[in-house]
Amino acid sequence: MSRPEYAAPPELFYNADEAAKYTQNTRMIQIQRQLTERCLELLNLPAERACFLLDVGCGSGLSGEQLTYGGHIWIGMDISRDMLDVANERGCEGDLFEADMGQGAFYKPGTFDGVISVSALQWLCNQDKRWHEPRKRLKKFFTTLYGCMWPGLSASFPTDLWWLEMITHAAMKAGFTGGVVVDYPHSTRAKKIYLCLFAGVVGNVPRGKTGEEGANQQSAGASFSKQERRDKRKQRATKGRDWIMQKKERRRKQIGQREVRPDTKYTGRKRADKF
Amino acid sequence: MKLLTHNMLKSHVKGVKDGYPLRLSASKVELKEVTFNADFVVRMLDRIVWPVLRQTAIEIGQGDNLPTDIPADAATNEEFLRAMHHVLLEVLVLEGELECPETGRKFPIKKGIPNMLLDEDEV
Repeated sequence: MSRPEYAAPPELFYNADEAAKYTQNTRMIQIQRQLTERCLELLNLPAERACFLLDVGCGSGLSGEQLTYGGHIWIGMDISRDMLDVANERGCEGDLFEADMGQGAFYKPGTFDGVISVSALQWLCNQDKRWHEPRKRLKKFFTTLYGCMWPGLSASFPTDLWWLEMITHAAMKAGFTGGVVVDYPHSTRAKKIYLCLFAGVVGNVPRGKTGEEGANQQSAGASFSKQERRDKRKQRATKGRDWIMQKKERRRKQIGQREVRPDTKYTGRKRADKF
Repeated sequence: MKLLTHNMLKSHVKGVKDGYPLRLSASKVELKEVTFNADFVVRMLDRIVWPVLRQTAIEIGQGDNLPTDIPADAATNEEFLRAMHHVLLEVLVLEGELECPETGRKFPIKKGIPNMLLDEDEV
C-alpha cells in the first residue's frame, strides 16, 4: 500500500469515505490509541491533574478520546472537514478547528500545557499547492507553536524516519530543545519514533522502550513480545465499573449508535462462577 | 466552541500585529454540563484575559453574574469559580462568526467548528 501522503493532499485524501474508516476499522483505532497513550506518557504531565492540551491533526478525534479519558481539556485542529464532522458525530469533547497547521498556530502566548500530534506532521513536508513551501510551513508551525506553549512543557509527535531530519531541524531552529525517542529499535514492525520537544527548559528526553524491560512493565506503546501482548489482553479484560459507565455515557451521546443498555446494579458486575 | 478557547484565540492573518481578541458573534448557543474541576479553573485564572471573557459572555447573554474584576480571593471563592467554570467550559457556541479586530476578516463557525483556513494571499 502506498503511503497516504503520496496519494493526495490531506483535505482531499481524508474525504467522507476515508473518514468513515477511522470509526469502523478497529485496527486503525487501536493503533491511534496506543500512539496517543505513549505520547501522553512522553509528555510527562503531572499526575492526576487536568491539563490544557493541543492536538494537532486531531482527525476524527480518536486521539482526543484518549485525552478525555485522561481527564484533560483539549483543543484539536485538522484540515479535513469530513474528519472533523466524524469527530463531532462521535461526541468528542474537545473544541475543534478547521485549520492548516502550516499556516501557524493561532493561540495567544502561554496557552497550552502540552501539545501532541499523532501521525500528522509528515503532511507538512509535502508541497501540495503551488504556493506551499514545506520549509517555510514547518518553520511557521514550530515558531508559532513555541509561542503558545506554557514555558517548560513539552510536545511529542510520533513520526517517521523519512521526514525526521527535516522536522527536527525546523523545531530546533524555532527554539525547542529535546530529541528523538525510539521505541523497540531492533524490531521492524514495532519500531516507533517519537519527537519529544521542550519549550523554554532543558529537559531529559525519556528513554525509548526496548522490549527488554520485563513482563511486569505496563506497556502502553506498541506490543513487542508475546508475553507483553498476553499481559495487555489480561489488562483489557478487567476494565472497571467506572470505565464502563463512562463508555456507555459516551455511546449515548453519539448519534446513530445502537441502543445502549440501561444502567442497573448489575452493570460492570462479575458473572457468577459456573460449576 | 467553548469560551475558554475563544479567550485563547488570536488572529493569524498576514500583517496583523496583535489580533486579539477576535470578536465573537453567536447565532446559536448551547449549554452542556461539564464536571467541575476547581484545580483546573484556578490554573486558568493566570491564562485568561478576564475583561475579554466577561465581555464576550455578556454579548452572548451568559455573563449575568460575573463581577467586573477577578475577586482577590478568587482561588478559594467557590461561588466565583463555579460561575467562571460555567462560562469557560459549559457554554458552547454552535453557529456564529469570529472576526479579526484589525483586518475584519471573518471566520465562520459551523456546527461548533470554526473555519480558520486562510487563502493564499493571507498567509
